[in-house]
Amino acid sequence: MSVKLTEEMLTALPDARGHFGAFGGRFVSETLMDSLVTLEREYLRLKKDPEFQATFDKDLADYVGRPSPLYFAERLTRETGGAQIWLKREDLNHTGAHKINNTIGQALLASFLGKKRIIAETGAGQHGVATATVCARLGLECHVFMGAEDVQRQSLNVYRMKLLGAQVHAVTSGSRTLKDAMNDAMRDWVTYVDETFYIIGTVAGPHPYPLLVRDFQSVIGRETRRQALEKAGKLPDALVACVGGGSNAIGMFYPFLTDESVQLYGVEAGGLGIETGQHAAPLCAGRPGVLHGNRTYLMEDDNGQIASTHSISAGLDYPGVGPEHSWLKDIGRANYVSVTDDEALEAFRMLTLVEGIMPALETAHAVAYAVKLAATMEKDQMVVINISGRGDKDIHTVAQLDGIEL
Amino acid sequence: MSRIEGVLQTLKGQGRKALIPFITAGDPHPDVTVSLMHTMVNAGVDIIELGVPFSDPMADGPVIQLACERALKHGTSLRRVLAMVKEFRATDNATPVVLMGYLNPIEAMGYEVFADAAADAGLDGVLTVDLPPEEADDVAPLFAARGLDPIFLIAPTTTDERIRAIADHSSGYVYYVSFNGVTGAARINVEEVAKKVTHIHELTALPVGVGFGIRDAETAAAVGRVSDGVIVGSVLVDTIARNQTDIEKLKRELTDLLNPMREALDSLAS
Repeated sequence: MSVKLTEEMLTALPDARGHFGAFGGRFVSETLMDSLVTLEREYLRLKKDPEFQATFDKDLADYVGRPSPLYFAERLTRETGGAQIWLKREDLNHTGAHKINNTIGQALLASFLGKKRIIAETGAGQHGVATATVCARLGLECHVFMGAEDVQRQSLNVYRMKLLGAQVHAVTSGSRTLKDAMNDAMRDWVTYVDETFYIIGTVAGPHPYPLLVRDFQSVIGRETRRQALEKAGKLPDALVACVGGGSNAIGMFYPFLTDESVQLYGVEAGGLGIETGQHAAPLCAGRPGVLHGNRTYLMEDDNGQIASTHSISAGLDYPGVGPEHSWLKDIGRANYVSVTDDEALEAFRMLTLVEGIMPALETAHAVAYAVKLAATMEKDQMVVINISGRGDKDIHTVAQLDGIEL
Repeated sequence: MSRIEGVLQTLKGQGRKALIPFITAGDPHPDVTVSLMHTMVNAGVDIIELGVPFSDPMADGPVIQLACERALKHGTSLRRVLAMVKEFRATDNATPVVLMGYLNPIEAMGYEVFADAAADAGLDGVLTVDLPPEEADDVAPLFAARGLDPIFLIAPTTTDERIRAIADHSSGYVYYVSFNGVTGAARINVEEVAKKVTHIHELTALPVGVGFGIRDAETAAAVGRVSDGVIVGSVLVDTIARNQTDIEKLKRELTDLLNPMREALDSLAS
């Protein structure tokens, strides 16, 4: 049952303790609390500071290359035979993904707070690259934590980060993927809390991170809204975005939450299929719990131990999700669905061949679902896919599946 | 008066300091934990902190991470840990036991189910690393109704305002984390600890236990001089890691580690 959201309801969330309904919050060890309280206070102040916002907007325009285009995928639309499919081209941003919107904002925050040492976690390496990039630009020391398995499957991005002057720490504990990278980033943070700013890459983690990352990424939805009205003369009927932690999805959805006519679809990683248990789809098949500083839907066993996840895409291979998505699921405002590895791969190839746009494997999940969805809709309707990142980094993975050694 | 308060008050009356060991339940094997607890009591400890293994122990260093992995490999669930407490309690009605771990296993079990089972097992206190007092509104009344002491952390970064708030939410004792970092790191600075603990004593009447970085009799005595108790973890867990198969040898080594700490702490009393 969907609730009609109003602007008043949205501005009241998260509440003073960082809660989105039953989700969110600040579940961290005491050592980090003061730092988070300070960050919250300073962010809420800077959010209203015209100078901070002007600097952020200028960087998005001149350094990231915004606005990113809203592109009508005419041939894909024809092949699909349903609703018009439009692509929000976040893949055209500097560094090739939406991640830089957030790292620009957080690095700016770090500068205002006088922190010179930056840490970040990364899965696919896109957030790591985006963080290393802004650190290079601002002359900040940068440490990126990355699961050892992801270091293997995303070696191109590892090298990019090193070229950008970052130190990449391969994390060998646990499942050696994104969640373990986040564990080690938090261990580093607690150790060097006084001098360190942690640039979290998604809308998860302790308050105020889900709030500030959403704010920085909302430029995606604001632009999409304006561009849709300009180019199509109306709001889209549906928005589709992939969801790992969920930052590109929330950035796209947030400015449309009060527009009841706009359907929202978050696409999780179905891996080998939800029924196999080998997936990374907490909203589709998990339950609420507490991990990495927030209460949210998680993949866990009956004893509350975090389950290992599987996805062909390193960026979606995470057992949790941003708390605002958990809330949007529970109030019925957004729909959360999943797409398997195989479907995502097929979509990767299709978009490459039909439109000459090679999406990241994460993004390919959104493409796969959007094509299915568009086929069920009327020809005068409009679907926008958030093309959150480009696929160059995944060429090795795809080639390997084709039995080709590059 | 709770068992924890009773023990700490008696010690205070004697001018003595509490020796509080931490081990991870289920490490090296769930069948061994209860007898390791008795071994530690025989070596002179006052309160036992029993770690509940978690898949993602973000506040812990490699030593306790690996202990969690060993314990989980043998299926050590929170229910099983509570069963260990109950078994220990059957033959030791005096030594307080505090569970220390992360929130999610408790949340998955259900707060009320957990609180009931904990009280039934004879547990005394609960320390949840990733549950600050601000988020503890749901559990606090459940614990209070069953006489479970909620124990919270204070860190070097904790402001005075927060120290007061944390003390208001705590009973039994507060746990001062001696440095910014994870368990098992060697970053302790005794002078800074002394300054901060003295300050905490000015803000609350609760006993202060100090943990993180206490490895031997010397650090135990140095920290014991300014606090009401010392918590010793990683050095014990590391001993367990090195003696996973020979349990008798493990018990001897644990005793050999704890005995000098006990003596060093008691030498402060004179």
